[in-house]
Amino acid sequence: MSFLEIEPFRIALYVVGALAFVGANAAYLVWVERKAAGRFQRRAGPTEVGPAGLLQPVADAIKLMSKQIIVPPGSDALLFRIAPVMVMAPALMCFATIPFSDSIVARNIDVGLLMIFAFGSINVMAVMLGGWASRNKYAIISAARVVSQNVAYEIPMLLTVITMLMVAGTLNLHEIVKQQEAGFWAWNIFRLGTNPLMPVTFVIFFTCMLAETNRAPFDMAEAESELVAGAYTEYSGMGFGVFFMGEYANIVIGCAVATVLFLGGWGSPVGFLPGVWWFLAKMYFLIFTVIWIRWTFPRTQFYGLLNLSWKILIPFSLATLVLTSIVMKIPRMF
Amino acid sequence: MKNIIRDSVAGFKTLVVGMRVTIDQFFRRPVTVHYPHEALKMPDRYRGHIELVRDPETGKSLCIACKSCEKACPSDCIFVDGLKREGEKRKSATEFTLDFTKCSLCGACVEVCPTDALRFTKSYNLASTQKQSYFFDLMKRMEEQKK
Repeated sequence: MSFLEIEPFRIALYVVGALAFVGANAAYLVWVERKAAGRFQRRAGPTEVGPAGLLQPVADAIKLMSKQIIVPPGSDALLFRIAPVMVMAPALMCFATIPFSDSIVARNIDVGLLMIFAFGSINVMAVMLGGWASRNKYAIISAARVVSQNVAYEIPMLLTVITMLMVAGTLNLHEIVKQQEAGFWAWNIFRLGTNPLMPVTFVIFFTCMLAETNRAPFDMAEAESELVAGAYTEYSGMGFGVFFMGEYANIVIGCAVATVLFLGGWGSPVGFLPGVWWFLAKMYFLIFTVIWIRWTFPRTQFYGLLNLSWKILIPFSLATLVLTSIVMKIPRMF
Repeated sequence: MKNIIRDSVAGFKTLVVGMRVTIDQFFRRPVTVHYPHEALKMPDRYRGHIELVRDPETGKSLCIACKSCEKACPSDCIFVDGLKREGEKRKSATEFTLDFTKCSLCGACVEVCPTDALRFTKSYNLASTQKQSYFFDLMKRMEEQKK
């Protein structure tokens, strides 16, 4: 029995690993985002702190940690303090079930996908609580927006997930990847035999993921030109820092889930390199796409955002759902 | 129904076009100049504060202390004083100061100068915490440039 199978070791390793992974990603995705934003606008991005600005996240972290966390008078002090924790903690929980490779997974749960979506929705509530507790008009507008936005986008997202469930037949993420191992033609995004609209399903899922994580062009909750910093207006120091880290952690999780569901997880299209590298490559490509989208499109208007969800994404995701069920059921009738 | 699908596909296409434009920019070289480390060359007609031109033959100022610039200056920021030296046909300036706190870089002095003794510099790193550093003694400045 290797020491990995001893339960306390496993838990400790998972906690340390997840914390390190989330922390490193949150810190350095900010750097990546700033660098990429620079390049998209023909600038250089951060260059001053360390070589190529690589120490910028460290400097930012020191600055944020050394600042006082001011709880505004008249705010709900308890909720105000809990909200950042509630963004970060579910994000960490989600990492428990994401299979980075055939053997690297903290806990292979049979209802892994369900667990991720259950914890994923807490994020919304945390932003809402933070906005509500701040006792600030901008924050409350932002809280209202974040709820209506996420109610609208949770539906098409879950509809696409149901489609994927019908194709896969399991909620176990490990199993879902196993089914796609044969090669890139077996990845769910290319399995046109089960549903000819599979790439559309992927686009809908990805769009909803952007909206769920409050990323541009759907960053209604933090629309800085309209709402100062939205729900984060009254947060200072590490309170803001944790919200920020939570946002990036949620992006990582969203992209990891998209990789598992659609892009074959750790499956390699060509055959060399261990699976974990392929998983990370696909995940970071999706994260880059998220950044790419942010620096390409301006923020949508709020009714545009709701129209997109109710008039386009929900009908289309329903269509793919019906289509998949027809394609899957008809051959069995004969 | 048909329209919605057609509009959605057309809309999605425009999004892809937009993303192609930005990724194209992504792979090009940044155009920004990292100012304190590197600086752009100032264009020929850049107007910094004025300075005195030296006569290439004698090495002295071309200024004849006619005070035209002093009179032409709308902000009253130039002060010239001069005398007629022995054996010289023209007057020469002994003092030429510029109060750069008032100067609006209009160039009236450069234009009016009958001997072309004034020109614009290309210096722009002029930030200072003291007012005194904006009173330029242009004669001294010219002498220092000689060294």
